[in-house]
Amino acid sequence: MTLSATVDMLKTGIWESFYMTALSSLFAYVIGLPLGVVLVVTDTDGIYPIPWLQKILGVVINLLRSVPFLILLFIALPLSKYVIGTRIGSPAIIIPLTIAAAPYIARVVESSFRELDAGVIEAAQSMGASTWQIIWKVLLPESRPSLLLGAALAITTILSYSAMAGFTGGGGLGAIAINYGYYRYEPFLMWVSVILLVVMVQVIQEIGTRWSKKSDKRIR
Amino acid sequence: MGESIIQIRNLGKEFKTAAGSVRALQDINLDIRQGEIFGIIGLSGAGKSTLVRCINYLEIPTEGEVLFEGQSLSAMTPAQRRKTRQSMGMIFQQFNLLAQRNVIQNVCFPLELTKTPKKEARQRAMELLRTVGLEEKAKSYPAQLSGGQKQRVAIARALATNPKVILCDEATSALDPNTTKQILALLKEINRAMGVTVIVITHEMSVIEAICDRVAIIDQSRIAEVGEVSDIFSDPKSRIGRQLILGDAVNQMKFGSSMQIRIIFDGRESAEPIISNLVLACKVPVNIMYAATRDIGGKAMGQMIIQLPEDEADANRVINYLKTIKIPYEEVEKHDVISHS
Ligand SMILES: Nc1ncnc2c1ncn2[C@@H]1O[C@H](COP(=O)(O)OP(=O)(O)OP(=O)(O)O)[C@@H](O)[C@H]1O
Ligand SMILES: [Mg+2]
Repeated sequence: MTLSATVDMLKTGIWESFYMTALSSLFAYVIGLPLGVVLVVTDTDGIYPIPWLQKILGVVINLLRSVPFLILLFIALPLSKYVIGTRIGSPAIIIPLTIAAAPYIARVVESSFRELDAGVIEAAQSMGASTWQIIWKVLLPESRPSLLLGAALAITTILSYSAMAGFTGGGGLGAIAINYGYYRYEPFLMWVSVILLVVMVQVIQEIGTRWSKKSDKRIR
Repeated sequence: MGESIIQIRNLGKEFKTAAGSVRALQDINLDIRQGEIFGIIGLSGAGKSTLVRCINYLEIPTEGEVLFEGQSLSAMTPAQRRKTRQSMGMIFQQFNLLAQRNVIQNVCFPLELTKTPKKEARQRAMELLRTVGLEEKAKSYPAQLSGGQKQRVAIARALATNPKVILCDEATSALDPNTTKQILALLKEINRAMGVTVIVITHEMSVIEAICDRVAIIDQSRIAEVGEVSDIFSDPKSRIGRQLILGDAVNQMKFGSSMQIRIIFDGRESAEPIISNLVLACKVPVNIMYAATRDIGGKAMGQMIIQLPEDEADANRVINYLKTIKIPYEEVEKHDVISHS
């Protein structure tokens, strides 16, 4: 393979890893963030207790999280065929990634909310805030720094999971590493793609940490 | 003043916990009058926080009810209750400001809840920041403020919706004595200037003494006594009242064998040097065992325990003297003042 062909392949790999991760993260947050809110709000000592719902949701989330990703991948791919028309390739893996990441994100988000001082919520209640107002005006903005850190954690985890797309005919840096390192035994390309993945993880983590710090008004 | 703004009727609260039920409040009956500063004092765990949280239904009572301006909070829908809460500001020991909002945004918060137009809200917030003396800190974040400044912001925030009542749960307990004084003075000023009724929860007698008109002493989930601060200070009837007002000094007293009497200062005889007059008139020495007098509203309030001479005739002379000049007194039973703590 020529150098320029290799570079092009790696570029495509970076792009595919990026969009798989970005879209899966986006969809997983669309599902996971509200679930995290529900987990906290409906808890026995929450602002809108519905203990049975909280319990059931907790069990479902734990169940989904205990399925190994590789297995979830094969279970969910038929669903990809149904939703986006194909079970192979990079887009197909977005659905299993979202299904795996959403419950994880729900827990990450939940723990961010739980860090919040109960006194602040009580103060909002004492001013007559409704449940919605507390969620929008207290819970979410007050946990912003912690949510951003959690997002860096979640997105880097999703990125590393996206590498498994290689097993199902998907693309991305992970697929390159697997195809060349595992199937063809060309360790050089495997290492290059692994290093690129490491760099991507570092960059995402760094952005998350900095953004979180910068937005946190408690430090100065 | 005089009309009740908050009426607490046979209020009780029992917490159900995994370890069993905990009785936090029992048979609480109180009337808070419009425009007064009402203190609620008690030892840790007495039920003070639970009581104040029952007043705005942050805690739902298990028995009895609370009436705000004659309306029962029990009978209200959740939405009506939230509306009522906007008429009752609350401040806390830990300030509970929103850490990610700056000072003016914090003060605007309750106005956002009521959907007040932004410009109007800002104006009102600036006005309140002026009242609490913090206008130049409008753009600062809570983390950049001292405890006293944070509490001022919290007071401004509590006042934003023009409440009729301010509930203060240990509002000065995290502050140093000097800052405590300033915050109490601010609360008093707000009470006088705006006519806001203030309910103060504390475990410190000095807070009650500094600003309250009336006080309720709460002990082991029940109200031990209620009354004008001056009355309670001069003559606490309950054991807990004596303990809170006389302090621990009472417990350490050594009693001789002769009779001891408690002289009660109820404010009438402030100008007269009673003890020296007594000694001069009776020509006998008395032993001052304990004295706790305070200046409340320019009057001497409190009590003094004196030990009478061993000689019965001398003792009677002192007693007769007190009767003649109409000073209230009572014989001290030793078990009466020695607490078992
Ligand atoms: N949520 C709760 N669940 C169970 N028990 C509670 C709860 N809140 C308060 N209690 C109990 O009720 C009693 C009164 O508590 P409360 O907080 O009202 O006391 P307090 O007078 O405010 O004390 P402090 O001065 O320490 O703040 C205590 O025995 C406490 O353990
Ligand atoms: Mg308390």
